[in-house]
Amino acid sequence: MKTHHNPSNQTETNQSTTTNKPSLMTKLKGSQKRQKYIFVYTCLLLPILFYLGIRILPTLFTFNVGFRDWNLLSSDAAPFVGMDNYVALFQDEVFIRSIFNTILYIALGVTGQLMFGIIVALLLHKINRFVGLFRVIYFIPYVTSIVAISWVFQWILMGNGIINDLFVKIGIPPQPFLNSPDQAIYVIIAAMIWQSIGFQMVLFLAGLENIPEMLYEAADIDGATPWQKFWRVTVPLLNPTIVFSAVIGTINFIQISFTQVVNMSVDGSGGPLNSTLSIVVYIYQLAFRQFDMGLASAATVILFLFILGLTLFQMKVLTKKFDY
Amino acid sequence: MNRKWYLAFLGGMLLVFLLAACSGNSDNSESETDPSDVGEDTENTEQSNDDEDQITLEYWQYSFDSKVDLMDELIEEFEAENPGIKVEQTNFPYDQYNEQVAAQVPAGRGPDVINLFYGWVPTYVDAGYLQPLPQDAFPHDQIEDEFFPLVEATKMDGEYWTIPTAVRTLALFYNKDLFEEAGLDPNSPPETWDELQDYAVELTKSNNGRLEQSGMAWEPAQQGHHWLRDGLTLQAGGQVLGDDRKDVVWGDDPAGLEAFKYWLSFPTELETSEQGFYTDDVTAFVTEKAAMNVDGSFRVGTLQSDAPDLNYAIAPLPGKDDQSTNASFWTNGITSRVEGEKLEAATEFLNFLTSEDVMERWLDATGELPAKEAVAMQDKFVDDDIYGPFIESLPFANAHFFVDETRERDLVIDAANRVLQEGADPEEAFNELVESTQELYDEYWSSK
Amino acid sequence: MKRSKLWPYLLLIIGAVVMVFPFVWMLSTSLKAPMDIFNLNIIPESPTLENYKHIFEESLFLRWFLNSIIIAIITTISVLFFDTLVGYIIAKFSFVGRTVLFIMILSTLMVPTEMLIIPWYMMSSDFGWTDTYWGILFPGLMTGFGVFLMRQFMEKIPDDLINAARIDGMNEFAIFFKVAIPQVWPAISALGIFTFLSNWNAFLWPLIVIESSGLRTLPVGLSFFSSGEAESKWHLIMTGATISVIPLILVFILLQRHIIKGITLTGMK
Repeated sequence: MKTHHNPSNQTETNQSTTTNKPSLMTKLKGSQKRQKYIFVYTCLLLPILFYLGIRILPTLFTFNVGFRDWNLLSSDAAPFVGMDNYVALFQDEVFIRSIFNTILYIALGVTGQLMFGIIVALLLHKINRFVGLFRVIYFIPYVTSIVAISWVFQWILMGNGIINDLFVKIGIPPQPFLNSPDQAIYVIIAAMIWQSIGFQMVLFLAGLENIPEMLYEAADIDGATPWQKFWRVTVPLLNPTIVFSAVIGTINFIQISFTQVVNMSVDGSGGPLNSTLSIVVYIYQLAFRQFDMGLASAATVILFLFILGLTLFQMKVLTKKFDY
Repeated sequence: MNRKWYLAFLGGMLLVFLLAACSGNSDNSESETDPSDVGEDTENTEQSNDDEDQITLEYWQYSFDSKVDLMDELIEEFEAENPGIKVEQTNFPYDQYNEQVAAQVPAGRGPDVINLFYGWVPTYVDAGYLQPLPQDAFPHDQIEDEFFPLVEATKMDGEYWTIPTAVRTLALFYNKDLFEEAGLDPNSPPETWDELQDYAVELTKSNNGRLEQSGMAWEPAQQGHHWLRDGLTLQAGGQVLGDDRKDVVWGDDPAGLEAFKYWLSFPTELETSEQGFYTDDVTAFVTEKAAMNVDGSFRVGTLQSDAPDLNYAIAPLPGKDDQSTNASFWTNGITSRVEGEKLEAATEFLNFLTSEDVMERWLDATGELPAKEAVAMQDKFVDDDIYGPFIESLPFANAHFFVDETRERDLVIDAANRVLQEGADPEEAFNELVESTQELYDEYWSSK
Repeated sequence: MKRSKLWPYLLLIIGAVVMVFPFVWMLSTSLKAPMDIFNLNIIPESPTLENYKHIFEESLFLRWFLNSIIIAIITTISVLFFDTLVGYIIAKFSFVGRTVLFIMILSTLMVPTEMLIIPWYMMSSDFGWTDTYWGILFPGLMTGFGVFLMRQFMEKIPDDLINAARIDGMNEFAIFFKVAIPQVWPAISALGIFTFLSNWNAFLWPLIVIESSGLRTLPVGLSFFSSGEAESKWHLIMTGATISVIPLILVFILLQRHIIKGITLTGMK
């Protein structure tokens, strides 16, 4: 089916390009340009107002608070304290710990979900029966309430849980998992990957569907191995999706890590011994447990710069690497 | 194809229309509030209109079914007795209660009378969120005369900032069936430290180093840290905090370390307990996987509704040289912006909430114990099978003064994990706990 | 045609078991009596619909469910329309401030929403939006996520295709709807799924901005079943979570077809 329709699409495109006669172009250019600008600015008016009012201004508000000493419960004026909050944060062992944890969350978590997402999407692309059923099954974890699922995970992973039963049966000593400062973060990362596979799968399926089948056929004619097809056809054409998935995966991970960590860590606040504490969880604790809005805002600024840098880096490196 | 295009277009148009309507709406309210200072807040104008004949009090409480239901009833009675006053109750889940309060402060909104956990009160007082209770309605000598001394935990800077209706104590919950199964007399629960250890060992079952039944549920994140501070430490003759509430004297006396080591003996050398055993202590006890647990009177209701068949009993906490247990309470305060007639109404409401009649009904409905000694120590309560042991413990109950409940809790959990997970020396972990707790107190007092 | 091998199925089945197992456990817990939820059996010994009955009769569950649906639908329509449009413009037009605009929109994703709650609440309070539907949904009407997603996909549309339409005399709106959108139907479907989902699950902001119980959304309502201090009614939380998954799966089943159909449709023109 697909192969049959794609060429027709292609020919249509070609037809239209051939009708592009230069003389006609110049004639229409003036009015077209005006129409374009009117279109662009009318359409952007509401979105720009929205982003400025609902997103940018509140963000700037937060940045401003980062230079102030503000107890959230107090209605007194918040004095300007310069860089004090930043200095305090960088002397705070717990904050440093949360940065390292966050890096670990991103490095392992994002790579993991990209990898599994692509694998599942490719496998689904390979089969032609029960595709819909599998897609739904792999999507289910993504739509399930994290609070409810975290409780299930605790059950499965506890000292007397199913996983440890299995371990004992095959001769491995029972593991503490979420109780252990060494293991807990990996367990949580695994749970996060588990939950995000469905999300990445949908993105990659959408991306894969946009790759014309004829390219694979052409590669077949050239005698390419499946591996070569993957690297020469799939990856380059999937590139915008990969860039998007990596960037969004990172950003999402930072936000999602909040709910996961709060619900899965043994003490509900990044334990044991802060081994699972992420920056967002710490920001939240600073703001709404200790009511120190100044510190929380300063940490937000640091997080913001961190993600911004990472995103620009990812977009640059990933886009370049697979340029085609 | 064409149909699809129209559909998309229609959707888009619909949305633009909808948005226009909505933003039009918001423009309206903007122009209502912006241009003049007349009605700075639409709500304020409403309230001042009402003021002539009626005062509305906003009351906040965390969501706990039995308390919310009882409060609804009480408010109705209060309104009937005080025709000029209306009380509106709003509830939020316990986990996000602080967030909810905090979000409203910068917007200049929030409750007039607020129900807070006593451990949070110092932070709220420090931020200027509460005002002291009016002394004419709540004279200090009267409070100190009638209430259990533990309410002093919210007395700061020479003022009482809040007053509770009810308090709770910790006691030992034990499973009678499991006692019998292990050959122990279900009518003579452990009374001393040593007995508790012996019983816990007797009641523990394990298989290949894996715990199958825990003799003693042990969860620092739940009531465990309270048990250590207000129970074990004081029982051993020690003290957590100096009288001025500035110095952490936990480590000054060997009793502190002794209590810490005793507390840790259950998951370590006795091997009767495990953190996270059946997810948490309450679950383990309800499912009969744990034979004993230290828990509060507030748990009784849950056990009755979720585990009606559980054959359990309650005893005062086993003691050592002294007897002691932890007490805690939810307590009502008036926020700092309340003044004039509204303040009078709020005071009246607090008076009502701390009346003897309300206290008795509070016990029946929620399982929390009367905060006034004369009400609590009545025979009908002391002799009660279930509540008796909790009430019996009230005279020697202690409520630790928290500068920051969450962080102090976390420090205890961390100290335990250092020993349990990282194999640190208990003494070292304890000293670190004392030190870092002291830092919290220094931080708190230095900002004063 | 494609050779169908067995091993992809095998791998997918193994994966499917891992994916679905915790969910099955959740489902089975929702069918257990409060006392039995602590049994480790996957199949409840005496399955009961008591929890479902309780949740519908004793709480405003239906109301919360409806609130969630209304909010998720409105925000999804808004996001689909605006994000697609903005993504298209950023990808296919050059104008002053394009890069700045894109980075600005992208950067809105990098601030945890938890920190925007305070300014949002101040704003809502000033404008009288607290405790209204509008108050719940206004922060989500457009998302940086959607703009970014649509830009990535719009970029792949050949410029020639758009220019050709211009030559044919189509106006810009028509080009957007008639030429651009059909090209990115899979991405639009994906965006629809994600947006519906994230609004359906949104918790903290709806909790903060809503005071009356009748306006609560589903996750907010369900959070009242767990109280950190004394009791978490896990049987009810599991029941609520199970029910709240159903619309999401329906939306997914409904929209996922378009992710696949997309290319076929473009071809049929």
